[in-house]
Amino acid sequence: MRHTITMLVENKFGVLSRISGLFSGRGYNIESLSVGETMDPAYSQMTVVTSGDDLIIEQITKQLNKLVDVIKVTDVTEFEHVEREMVLIKVKPKAERKAEVLSLAGIFRGRVVDSSEDTYTIEVTGDEKKIDAFVNLMTPIGIKELVRTGKVAILREGMKK
Amino acid sequence: MKLTGAEIFIECLKREGVKHIFGYPGGVVLNIFDMLYDNKDVKLILTRHEQGAVHAADGYARATGKPGVVLVTSGPGATNTVTGIANAAMDSVPLVVFTGQVPTVLIGNDAFQEADIVGITRPCTKHNFLVKDVNDLAVTVKEAFHIASSGRPGPVLIDLPKDVTVGKTEFVWPEKIGLAGYKPKYEGNKWMIAQAAAEIQKSKKAVIVAGGGAIISGATKELKELAEMAQIPVTTTLMGIGAFPETHKLSLGMPGMHGTYYANKAIQEADLLIALGMRFDDRVTGKTDAFAPNATIVQVDIDPTSIRKNIRVDVPVVGDVKRVLTVLNKMLKSEAKGQWTAVRKAWLSQIDQWKAERPLSYNPDSEVIKPQFVVEKIYELTKGDAIICTEVGQNQMWAAQFYKYDKPRTFISSGGLGTMGFGFPAAIGAQLAHPDKLVIDVAGDGSIQMNIQELATAVINKLPVKVAILNNGFLGMVRQWQELFYGERYSHVGLDVVPDFVKVAEAYNAVGLRAKKPSEVEPVLKEGLFKIKKPVFMDFVVDWREKVFPMVPAGAPIDHMLFDEKKQEKKHKLRAVK
Ligand SMILES: Cc1cc2nc3c(=O)[nH]c(=O)nc-3n(C[C@H](O)[C@H](O)[C@H](O)COP(=O)(O)OP(=O)(O)OC[C@H]3O[C@@H](n4cnc5c(N)ncnc54)[C@H](O)[C@@H]3O)c2cc1C
Ligand SMILES: Cc1ncc(C[n+]2csc(CCOP(=O)(O)OP(=O)(O)O)c2C)c(N)n1
Ligand SMILES: [Mg+2]
Repeated sequence: MRHTITMLVENKFGVLSRISGLFSGRGYNIESLSVGETMDPAYSQMTVVTSGDDLIIEQITKQLNKLVDVIKVTDVTEFEHVEREMVLIKVKPKAERKAEVLSLAGIFRGRVVDSSEDTYTIEVTGDEKKIDAFVNLMTPIGIKELVRTGKVAILREGMKK
Repeated sequence: MKLTGAEIFIECLKREGVKHIFGYPGGVVLNIFDMLYDNKDVKLILTRHEQGAVHAADGYARATGKPGVVLVTSGPGATNTVTGIANAAMDSVPLVVFTGQVPTVLIGNDAFQEADIVGITRPCTKHNFLVKDVNDLAVTVKEAFHIASSGRPGPVLIDLPKDVTVGKTEFVWPEKIGLAGYKPKYEGNKWMIAQAAAEIQKSKKAVIVAGGGAIISGATKELKELAEMAQIPVTTTLMGIGAFPETHKLSLGMPGMHGTYYANKAIQEADLLIALGMRFDDRVTGKTDAFAPNATIVQVDIDPTSIRKNIRVDVPVVGDVKRVLTVLNKMLKSEAKGQWTAVRKAWLSQIDQWKAERPLSYNPDSEVIKPQFVVEKIYELTKGDAIICTEVGQNQMWAAQFYKYDKPRTFISSGGLGTMGFGFPAAIGAQLAHPDKLVIDVAGDGSIQMNIQELATAVINKLPVKVAILNNGFLGMVRQWQELFYGERYSHVGLDVVPDFVKVAEAYNAVGLRAKKPSEVEPVLKEGLFKIKKPVFMDFVVDWREKVFPMVPAGAPIDHMLFDEKKQEKKHKLRAVK
């Protein structure tokens, strides 16, 4: 099963490598990983999406906790939480489908962040399903390039930490 | 007053109570070595290879429980430490390894003798540091010693760029350290311990498996108290040897691939298995789904990742063995009805029967020296009062099987990584820590050649380590597998009679002795161990055909053991016994 794990870590060089090395060295897979500074620049927040049976997920969280630079690990999958990711998608529609692209972007609350004569670059934010749906709609229209951020996640207020 | 980084380094070692370090010099650590030239507090033992330095520090640490310290140069000096560091990590040995590094401005430039040692050792250290500013040096050293020696111990590496050790700052020894993400848990959960107590009271056929963690924790007394009170037999893993006296009636010796028949039988038949500081290594469990099939499993371990890693656990207790046992023993004492002896009677007599059925044994010979005989003689002559280090292979297993260890930290062996070449430098470290003890390396003719250069270190530092080479002319353990599982195709395992170990010893100004017949074993040992006060190589020319038994083939359940049936069946034949 897929799990989303968030971590509060020391904002030091080498931390990312410790975490990615732990995953590769022990044969765990990473579906996505994102890192950013927290309000306190001494710490970063990481979100990893991984998969495995219960025993593997238990090992992963324990192994992450064991790293000296990792302060706190939460498997948010177990709790009510909000997940978001963002996609930047550059489409190259035929002239007659340009309007369709803009209206779909509107439905998905996307924003056009760049445009040229024959392309639009659209930003869409949401949970994974929403992003997938938007990507699926754009595919037949003609995707030139696509980047996804990977997930970030936060617990809903009142959820045990 | 401002101190240089090199001076701060020495100050920190003094504060940590370090008297000896092992090392090897080079370009970027010249200034640190200059500080060590006439330092009275910290003495550096120059080894002949950086790998030897790390293993020696490791032996020092295993013999004392205190962290071993290493100082080497950048590049090749640093990369030469990697095997030693990985070895210490696998066996949870506290080390602090300092490596020189090129100046910070040159890092990443492929500078002369630059190696990304922090990157290289990230997966095989407990933690590592690159110090970028001399102002961070003291706190980093303090953190490193704390991390190395607390919780589940392990090696920590500190990379020291040249400009950091040359740079100056005010020396401040920090009172406290931060480490928000590092908080080992020593006290076990009371409720879980109560569960364990309840399981013990319920059980009829309980067995304790004590491991390296029982020794690290210093839980010998508490373990003995538990075993004797609740009448539970104890088997000790290779790393746990000495945690429970092997001469004790309740001792089952070692479990696993080359463990005793009765230890493996007891585990397989048990209704309760209590794991104390052991991590269910595959050499111990054999086929995991067939391991201890009838047992409720209680596991006490300070490292949560050791729990439920490869074996299901019914009662997990995260904590220090000694502290958990202290609480557990108290619970059992207050609740027990004093009927343990009656409850365990049938179980213990079953175990006695297994012990009688298949004790550890070999076929003595009057013509050729049996390697097991050499180990037995060592035990007899030392009366068990020695520190035994081992190399890796058959020699290691025989040293584990045929000598009886009654005290912790008297058996020093590379368990997890199985590093040939570990035993001899480790013995040098152990001898430095215990100058008055008899320290013996039980060696193979292959392994000893992996760090044989350290004989110079032993001779020059007057560390009278005794090496008993079980010379079978082969990489014996590999040959054994080829004989049993590869149709006797002895591919690249022959070592011949080169070198002449007696002459090698003499070339290093040590003493070399040789025994070729069983009758020569005792005189050689008596002279080598007790009369000569120098390092000695004792070359025992042993029967190359000997194999280590019992043996559980890789991946089989641990009660599927092979024995040498030569005696019973005349023909040289092996039989699997369930
Ligand atoms: C050729 C060869 C053959 C071998 N054959 C065998 C064999 O037949 N049988 C055998 O047993 N081994 C054998 N070994 C050794 C084996 O590979 C493992 O090294 C060994 O079994 C591990 O023992 P362990 O789990 O007790 O100790 P370790 O690997 O040292 O693990 C110690 C455990 O204790 C925990 N711990 C540490 N400190 C504490 C504390 N204070 N409180 C609580 N827990 C703590 C740690 O977290 C860890 O989980 C062999 C090795 C070689 C090289
Ligand atoms: C550094 C290293 N290389 C290879 C091995 C694989 N190996 C395990 S035992 C062994 C043979 C050891 O030979 P020897 O030291 O003569 O011991 P014996 O088994 O003959 O007693 C080998 C090659 C190892 N454990 N360590
Ligand atoms: Mg050999």
